[in-house]
Amino acid sequence: MIVLLLSLAGGLGAGARFVADGLLRSRIRTALPAGTMLINTTGALLLGLLTGMVLAHQVGPELVAVLGTGFMGGYTTFSTSSFETVRLIQSGRIWFAVVNGLGTLILSVAAAACGLIVGGAL
Amino acid sequence: MNGPTRETTQNNRSLPIDSDVDSIQPRAGRRAIHLHPGYVGLVILGGVFGTLARYGLEAVIPTPGDWPLSTLLINLAGAFALGALLEGLVRCGQDRGRLRIIRLVVGTGFLGSFTTYSTLAVEASLLLDASRVSAALLYLAASVIGGACVTTLGIWVATKHHRTVAQRNTSSLRHCAKGKERS
Repeated sequence: MIVLLLSLAGGLGAGARFVADGLLRSRIRTALPAGTMLINTTGALLLGLLTGMVLAHQVGPELVAVLGTGFMGGYTTFSTSSFETVRLIQSGRIWFAVVNGLGTLILSVAAAACGLIVGGAL
Repeated sequence: MNGPTRETTQNNRSLPIDSDVDSIQPRAGRRAIHLHPGYVGLVILGGVFGTLARYGLEAVIPTPGDWPLSTLLINLAGAFALGALLEGLVRCGQDRGRLRIIRLVVGTGFLGSFTTYSTLAVEASLLLDASRVSAALLYLAASVIGGACVTTLGIWVATKHHRTVAQRNTSSLRHCAKGKERS
């Protein structure tokens, strides 16, 4: 049952990413893939929050499986982020590639750390 | 230089950097691709199976010394596949019809969900929290540098495959033409 819910949540997460990325892209006009960066950072923050709450025994691990592994896992994406970095390198925008690759990494790890702290304190 | 060669190079240059976004501006009166319920449905469909595959593999791949090897391998495999898929699709033609359906179901949906950034960030953060700084840095470096490498490899494999197929087609066409000349 958990597996079914988790998979469905993952599908919905992917759908949410597709819509959110499209909306962000149509508003932010830059060569930097800001949509994916923002999606991955917010997803990391929310998963950190959930994980923090589980570690502090505030919520059950089933919730993390469905919302975390499922929804947040589907919502955030590593492959697209990597692909965008490589495309930026290929088009000669090296600094944008560095900002995308390293920036997403630093922002999302920082966001996850904040989420873990806040989630643990809740 | 107005032949197909130039057109292909131009197509290549105008590639969208973001694979999740429509490469062609929606025509007047048409909804953008990300607001079209049918296309969103295709992404959801792919996403269900991508998540299921990740969940299944995470359970099978070991995590030696609590180092997140499973997420790393899943992310690298997905990045390789996405590089090969998107490059292959671009070389097959314009993003519409069957090609767009494949991109949305397999690329944005399945591979997008199969790989994950949130788990990567939380795992690295937990390693840092446990004062395992070198383990965390190794994980992050392997993910980002490895990700860029395997994506490039995927793109290269698709390019190579496309060229081989094109060469085979050209040579068999020549063979046919020669055969006709003889007869």
